[in-house]
Amino acid sequence: MTPLTAYLLISALLFSVGLAGALTRRSAILVLAGIELMLNAANLNFLAFWRFGPHPEALTGFIFVIFSIAVAAAEAAVGLALILAIYRHANTSDVSQIVEMKG
Amino acid sequence: MTVLITILAAVTLSGAVAAMTLRNLVRCALALTIAFAGLATLYLSLDAQFAGLAQLLVYVGAIAILIVFAILLTPSAPESDLESPDSALDSKTHLSSSGLVGSLLALGVFAILAWAVGRSRTANSATATAAPAANMQQIGETLVHRYILPLEVIGLMLTAALIGAVIVAMKESQAPR
Repeated sequence: MTPLTAYLLISALLFSVGLAGALTRRSAILVLAGIELMLNAANLNFLAFWRFGPHPEALTGFIFVIFSIAVAAAEAAVGLALILAIYRHANTSDVSQIVEMKG
Repeated sequence: MTVLITILAAVTLSGAVAAMTLRNLVRCALALTIAFAGLATLYLSLDAQFAGLAQLLVYVGAIAILIVFAILLTPSAPESDLESPDSALDSKTHLSSSGLVGSLLALGVFAILAWAVGRSRTANSATATAAPAANMQQIGETLVHRYILPLEVIGLMLTAALIGAVIVAMKESQAPR
């Protein structure tokens, strides 16, 4: 097994764990955490391909990861603010109880 | 090298699994922090020092704290105690079936991904090369020369996201309910 395969398998496992969490957990915060884990798995893939790819000096995968981390930070801030607003409105952060969009 | 990767992957994956399975939300946040820190060390093992340290700063430093604050500001009963007694049985069977479907779906996604990785000629022929030189000067020059437009857009987007997050989370005191 080459190192690239090992990293890709780790990333696939991490993605599946995040997906399972996002699909099965009922707390909105943990759904967001599962999405963050999936994003991080994609970042790991980018870095692995950058490291073992043919042109690492171009820094493409690396720069993509930097931007992706920034976007993930913004996404987490807005997502948690939305969860706070929904909690204040519906008094719950359980995604199975938030069933209507009209308040 | 392989032993190191195995240990780091075990720490990261166990943190992720614990974050997605534990009942107590604060423990979930702690386990998630462990997973993020393990990912940062995995980035470091890929010779991406800047990305690893950025991951440590942003995820362990900021997002974990943000998640803990969100947990503190949205107090709720533990997930198992949420159902009222009369609907407990119905809701519990529904929960377990939906959990089963979600887990099976995730397992299927992993099976497809692992199959694709196993069949990939690129992945199986890549050999370990010398560590690419990605020093800070090179990263900075790439960021402000080739990727200057995305950098500006990211700055604008972060500002907009922060202002938007504050506005969304503000108390809706004037707005009619």
